[in-house]
Amino acid sequence: MSADLTLILPEIVLALFAMGSLVAAVYTVKDELAGPLLWATAGLMGLLAVWIGTSGPDTQTGFNGMFQDDPFSHYAKVIILLASAIVLIMSRSYLEKRKLLRFEFPALIALSVVGMMMMVSAGDLILLYMGLELQSLALYVVASMRRDSVRSTEAGLKYFVLGALSSGLLLYGASLVYGFSGTTQFAGIYAAAEHGHVSVGLLIGLVLMIAGMGFKVSAVPFHMWTPDVYEGAPTPVTAFFATAPKVAALGLFARVMHDAFGNAVADWSQVIALISVLSMFLGAFAAIGQTDIKRLMAYSSIAHMGYALVGLAAGNVAGVKAMLIYMALYVIMNVGTFAFILTMERDGRPVSDIRNLGMYSAREPAKALALLALLFSLAGIPPFIGFWGKWAVLVAAVDANMIWLAVMAVIASVIGAYYYLRITYYMFFGDAPDEPMDDVRNPVLYGLVILCGIAVLVGIGNLFGIEGPAGFAAAALVN
Amino acid sequence: MIVFTFYMFALSAILGGFFTVVSRNPVHSVLWLILAFLSSSGLFVLMGAEFVAMLLIIVYVGAVAVLFLFVVMMLDVDFAELKAEMAKYVPIALLIGLVLVMQLGMAYGVWESAEIASSQVAHPIDETTHNTASLGMILYDDYFLPFQLAGLILLVAMVGAILLTLRHRKDVKRQDILAQIYRDPAKAMELKDVKPGQGL
Amino acid sequence: MESVILFAPLVGALIAGFGWRVTTIRGAQIITTTLLFLACFLSWGVFLSHGPEVRHIEVLRFIESGTLSTSWSIRLDRLTSIMLIVVTSVSALVHLYSFGYMKDDHAFKKGEESYLPRFFAYLSFFTFAMLMLITSDNLVQMFFGWEGVGVASYLLIGFYYRKPSAGAAAMKAFVVNRVGDFGFALGIFALFFLTDSVIFDDIFAMAPELAATQLTFLWTTWNAAELCAFLLFVGAMGKSAQLLLHTWLPDAMEGPTPVSALIHAATMVTAGVFLVCRMSPLFEYAPQTLGFITFLGATTAFFAATIGLVQNDIKRVIAYSTCSQLGYMFVAAGVGVYSVAMFHLFTHAFFKAMLFLGAGSVIHGMHHEQDMRNYGGLRNKMPLTFWAMMIGTLAITGVGIPLTHIGFAGFLSKDAVIESAWAGANWASTYAFWMLVIAALFTSFYSWRLIFLTFYGKPRGNKDTHAHAHESPAVMVIPLGALALGAILSGMVWYGSFFGDNVSKFFGMPEMAHHDTHSDDDHAGDHKDQHAAEPEGDHHKDAYAEDTHSTGLAPQGAIFMHPDNHVLHDAHYAPKLVKLSPFIAMSIGFAFAWLFYIKNPKLPVKLAENQKHLYQFLLNKWYFDEIYDVLIIQPAKALGRTLWKTGDGKIIDGTINGIAMGIVPFFTRLAGRAQSGYVFTYALAMVLGIVVLITWVTFRGGAH
Repeated sequence: MSADLTLILPEIVLALFAMGSLVAAVYTVKDELAGPLLWATAGLMGLLAVWIGTSGPDTQTGFNGMFQDDPFSHYAKVIILLASAIVLIMSRSYLEKRKLLRFEFPALIALSVVGMMMMVSAGDLILLYMGLELQSLALYVVASMRRDSVRSTEAGLKYFVLGALSSGLLLYGASLVYGFSGTTQFAGIYAAAEHGHVSVGLLIGLVLMIAGMGFKVSAVPFHMWTPDVYEGAPTPVTAFFATAPKVAALGLFARVMHDAFGNAVADWSQVIALISVLSMFLGAFAAIGQTDIKRLMAYSSIAHMGYALVGLAAGNVAGVKAMLIYMALYVIMNVGTFAFILTMERDGRPVSDIRNLGMYSAREPAKALALLALLFSLAGIPPFIGFWGKWAVLVAAVDANMIWLAVMAVIASVIGAYYYLRITYYMFFGDAPDEPMDDVRNPVLYGLVILCGIAVLVGIGNLFGIEGPAGFAAAALVN
Repeated sequence: MIVFTFYMFALSAILGGFFTVVSRNPVHSVLWLILAFLSSSGLFVLMGAEFVAMLLIIVYVGAVAVLFLFVVMMLDVDFAELKAEMAKYVPIALLIGLVLVMQLGMAYGVWESAEIASSQVAHPIDETTHNTASLGMILYDDYFLPFQLAGLILLVAMVGAILLTLRHRKDVKRQDILAQIYRDPAKAMELKDVKPGQGL
Repeated sequence: MESVILFAPLVGALIAGFGWRVTTIRGAQIITTTLLFLACFLSWGVFLSHGPEVRHIEVLRFIESGTLSTSWSIRLDRLTSIMLIVVTSVSALVHLYSFGYMKDDHAFKKGEESYLPRFFAYLSFFTFAMLMLITSDNLVQMFFGWEGVGVASYLLIGFYYRKPSAGAAAMKAFVVNRVGDFGFALGIFALFFLTDSVIFDDIFAMAPELAATQLTFLWTTWNAAELCAFLLFVGAMGKSAQLLLHTWLPDAMEGPTPVSALIHAATMVTAGVFLVCRMSPLFEYAPQTLGFITFLGATTAFFAATIGLVQNDIKRVIAYSTCSQLGYMFVAAGVGVYSVAMFHLFTHAFFKAMLFLGAGSVIHGMHHEQDMRNYGGLRNKMPLTFWAMMIGTLAITGVGIPLTHIGFAGFLSKDAVIESAWAGANWASTYAFWMLVIAALFTSFYSWRLIFLTFYGKPRGNKDTHAHAHESPAVMVIPLGALALGAILSGMVWYGSFFGDNVSKFFGMPEMAHHDTHSDDDHAGDHKDQHAAEPEGDHHKDAYAEDTHSTGLAPQGAIFMHPDNHVLHDAHYAPKLVKLSPFIAMSIGFAFAWLFYIKNPKLPVKLAENQKHLYQFLLNKWYFDEIYDVLIIQPAKALGRTLWKTGDGKIIDGTINGIAMGIVPFFTRLAGRAQSGYVFTYALAMVLGIVVLITWVTFRGGAH
């Protein structure tokens, strides 16, 4: 038992810290402590990332195979922790200005991250569900944190109701799977489906589980909540939604598909290929009509999840590796872009209409250039890192003999480039808005925008060296 | 006899679910839902899971459903308008439902478990131990981690509820428990000797 | 030293082009000109000190790819050193001349636009590119120089970029040269394909082998040497404005006059002649192509001269004259007497540059009036210019003492060309001889016509212009003087080296040393005896040639003459009547010009009225531009428009626009409509998705 507990020590530390911070704040100065707590939480996440990142490469299981500690989970956890920490730091000024900086916020985020860490380490359907719910519940709350705003509460409620539906689907699928295999453990499910024997019941259970997880990664057709929630939620929360939970959900997706259903690759790879194509195209088409940059980023993330799922659909080590690389790069690009969106203000109020960016380059050339680099990278224009992420998944798809999928991905990315380029068009050639936006001089956000803008260019050399760990992680997951 | 009871409970559970969805009056819906819960707990009893059956009645019927009733009665939601909007989708929803039912029927029609399924069951029902005791053993042993996580989930739910609803309003008098506890009669009361006919 | 010559103009161009704000405009002018004079003096040093042997000086390695190996290196032999002095001398003088000519140009806003550094930078850049062309020791480097001068020419023709006609002329020059360059490039490809090398020495060594090789090209089998030579000559035709590709040269006169003198008279346009001479070891094995060159050169000489007769723009007259003289050079090269081609190139550079600079001086003095009909009587107003033009005219018409070697430069070189044409052995040489003689008559006529119209008679045209006509400043007159020296003396000094008996020694061809017994003086004597002794010499030459080629080495010397090529020798023994013919033609031409423009100035008008069709035909330049317009330009434009409007606009853009503006927005609207905002819509979509996925997975054969 104590060995099992050491295995989840990072999770325990984070959970205890969250609970401790709640207690500490309640009994002292309450919300005035929120700022320091936010930094402390972020710092702790950074430390945990280092801890996990430097821990040994061997695979261990605990709690009777429920919890898996392997390079794959390490990789995902490091990204999740770092992304969460950065988003927390980014959030501060925005929340403070709008009197939203509550001490519960860092604690909820921390608990949500505990859930995510459980998700990517899950070795059992029950733990999977528990992690998922812990993560989601915290997210539902922070989405509607701006309780005086109708949009924010609506967003939270919608997310909650649909999330409950998706959880129901996932549970129903899990029960079918359990019915087939007689166990909830991934290893048992893997063994039950051996000899290529897959019954219709298991298939339907599989599809329902894919639906439940597809909801979390906002893959079409389970994506409908995404634009509304992204738009309604406070921007830092949106930034959080777009980064860490996506990594966790996709990590869980890959974990379940390969660990539990590794004997039915041919079956689920077709399903995932279909939803990935739908996601890429819907993301590309629907974003064209958007003028709200947060909604636009919602569709953008739908499309990007489609590309990441291409890697998963390939169903082999190279595919998972490509997916992991893609997610890491995706997080960098999104952090930079959302840091920029957080600086979009007029008269102290956040604005999100992209027409406000007209001739932005004339006023803030450095930031405009950084955003240009980020958007080009998101669009997958070479030589920015976004292109190399796409390249990796395309190569994986082609290697897996899914050329049609790769072709679709390329077509979708061509269509999708339009709306990214439109923003750059506004910035460099558009009409200046009548009232210019405020000069937000926030060193953290400014630094992040510039840093990420540079990163998408600098990273083209070796993709920050993530290829090695990603390959290692993928190899640990697949067989 | 057991088979007959099973089908009775199953039928009433399905009926309860169906009318929960279709009834026009939301209060009726909640009542139908309670029927569904009760029927389900009956099914659990038939399976010998009496602890779960009781939980279902106490928690879901006693707490959740009653809470639902309160909420439904207190909220003034115009269900008619929502229904009108939904009515547009009824045909396609019916079609989808029909297809889904057919697919599930197909799945159950040809249902087969894996050959090794029975050997993989983690905890065969132990006839010698009491149902409740077995659950307790398993929860704090094999399922320790999910159980603790469930606790965290509840914590999040609680924190979330407070975060989203609690408002500190200045003009509302609040209970100060410490002040209450540290009061004694000497401080709380002042004896006045009032002379008749003079007033204070 | 050679590298200094090569890079001094480049350094000047870079300083003037990019650093003139630092050096000031004046400084930029002085630096470029000084560097050019430095290059000029060094070139003369090289020319006078360097023997006939071939030297290779590597500058840097260039392209190494597979078997293609090119380095940037200088091939220094007699051809190069001749071209070096021609290019650097004329260029240096033109730089100097431009100080005066380009000052206060009316085309640019005074004090606001600094056009001078640009002009000098272009001039110096042109000189660098030209030097790169002539010093190259392989075809790729030569092609670079070739295109470099093309670019410089384009920039300078279009120097007055506000003038639409200048822009059009620049474009025309560029486009017409593309045609020639296409041939040149194909020739390089073919040679690389056949010999696996682009280095001259390797190609020359393989030339006899090429002559025995058959090559399939355009569905026909060709002799490899003939084909390569022909393709290279197509390039030369474009650059040297030979018939069919000549139309750009007269229009190029839109550029400033110093440019016309430097690029479109003395240097760049002779690049084609230089190319043929440089590749003489190859051309010697392509007799059919040589015949074609002779024919085309002679036709051009005649054709351009006829047009020159009736042109009224002073620069156009000289331009057609240039075209015509280039024809002479090609005839000499075509009959296999490359040294004579180079001789005429050499002398022509001096007197033609001088004519242009003189014309520029007149134009400058007459406030940019170029129509000769508005000149007249300028002899007294600008005496120095008059004398310079007179010397130039005497040189181009070929005035000298017949049957001796005393005369102006043109007398000796042109007569050498005509005698060579008479002695030529290919199928076109007789035709060429007659054409050249007639062209000489016309040359004399239009040259004297120019002098008479400009400097004699009464002033015509705008009175104010004439009242203000003035002699040009010293910076413009001094170059004229220097060139006059060349125009008078260059023929007499180097006659022996180019046409006389020192040819083989001069160009470093050892096999001819055997012949080199008689001295320069007894040239006029009886040659019949020596002619009879020819076979003996032949024998030796054959022996030498076999020796060289059996070892697979490139022939020695700057140029190569096939052992069977006796034209140079035969030309020395031309009959007296042949030797006199150009002089006679020249005299007749002079007489007619005098009659028409001094004695009876009304006669030309009457003649033009009598022979209206002929006059119009000549005035409109044989309608070449019009024919090209109908045959090539209009169809090309129509094709381009079709491809643009239908192919690109309707089919390609239409498809893309259809997708981008029709289908994509449709889906965008659809996606927007689906996003209704109602939770139950979203839930419905999810359930629908599940149904679709289950159907998909069961139909894909997932269920076993």
